[in-house]
Amino acid sequence: MQAVIDILSWIFIIGGSFFAIVGAVGLVRFPDFWSRLHAVSVTDSAGVILLIVGMALQAGLTLVTVKLLLILAFLFITGPTSTHAVANAALVSGLKPRSSVDRDDADAATQDDKAGPT
Amino acid sequence: MRVIGTAVVLAGLWLLMSGVYTTMVVGLGAVSVVLVVYVLQRMDTVDGDRVEIRLKPLASVGYFIWLLAEIAKSSWSVTRIVLSPKMPIVQHLFSVPHTQKTDLGQVIFANSITLTPGTLTVETDLGYFLVHALAYAPEDMDALADMDGRVSAIEHPKVA
Amino acid sequence: MFILAVIALFIAMVLVLIRLFVGPSLYDRVLALNSFGTHTVLFIGVVGFLNGRPDFLDIALLYALINFVGTIAILKFFRYRAIGDVRRDTAETDG
Repeated sequence: MQAVIDILSWIFIIGGSFFAIVGAVGLVRFPDFWSRLHAVSVTDSAGVILLIVGMALQAGLTLVTVKLLLILAFLFITGPTSTHAVANAALVSGLKPRSSVDRDDADAATQDDKAGPT
Repeated sequence: MRVIGTAVVLAGLWLLMSGVYTTMVVGLGAVSVVLVVYVLQRMDTVDGDRVEIRLKPLASVGYFIWLLAEIAKSSWSVTRIVLSPKMPIVQHLFSVPHTQKTDLGQVIFANSITLTPGTLTVETDLGYFLVHALAYAPEDMDALADMDGRVSAIEHPKVA
Repeated sequence: MFILAVIALFIAMVLVLIRLFVGPSLYDRVLALNSFGTHTVLFIGVVGFLNGRPDFLDIALLYALINFVGTIAILKFFRYRAIGDVRRDTAETDG
């Protein structure tokens, strides 16, 4: 039983580390601000959930697990909220996203340098 | 009634977080609980703005599990985009109507959109959200409408 | 086991720092800062487990709280140029 829990928590922790790195790589690789937002949200949801659940499995039924779950609940609520705050502030300040999908906007002409299947 | 509930929740939080059960530490906890409840009482008389949590408990748990599965699926698709050499990004900004009646329901829906990687709520307005998608496909609208219906379903029906 | 997670998180934090220094716009930097905070919370927790001292989690919880408030404060400052009360007239014209 203990071995099963150990292996499960290893899988969770390695998966969480993988998604954390993927989020950071995306943050560096993606070409503009609006796509970087999505890279960050990979770390914020998948990475955080997997790592914290993995640590909780290692800790077992103790007060440590309660603290981990509190951190998880807190990050679950504030992660999307701060991402939304950054996105909203950028939109209000005039940083408009470029769209690869056909739109009948006035500024659509300036944004067709992105290769996409339109 | 509300005061007692708040005090019980705060005391439980203290006991779970501290893990030290000597007389002095628990006494300090009791003092802080009383202090916080007193300040909250005073703040209530200033604005009287109360948080109402009216959700169906069981349906909420079911929704949460469904949301975890959605997060797993969309995380994987965003990961594929990040790791692929060409990075097939099809960005799009579009509006999604929402049907929740309470503020809490709208917050849950907006946060669920942001929590699933690949979609992200940019602006909230009366009746619709502006959503930015990383890899837009026409099916996204249906998926978001499905999520909208699920969030509306966990709201308590008695709300005016 | 935890050493792997520590190394992975460390690499991720260095990558996020690169974006924090390079990031062309202010919002790229704020986004990177917020992401760095999330990574730090996880890093503190994992290091605590690695050293066999899970008490570090208290610090991680506090860091998560401060990170959220700090991000909101930075965004609010750059939008209204004030952290305290916002004057009604600027709030209306900007919103």
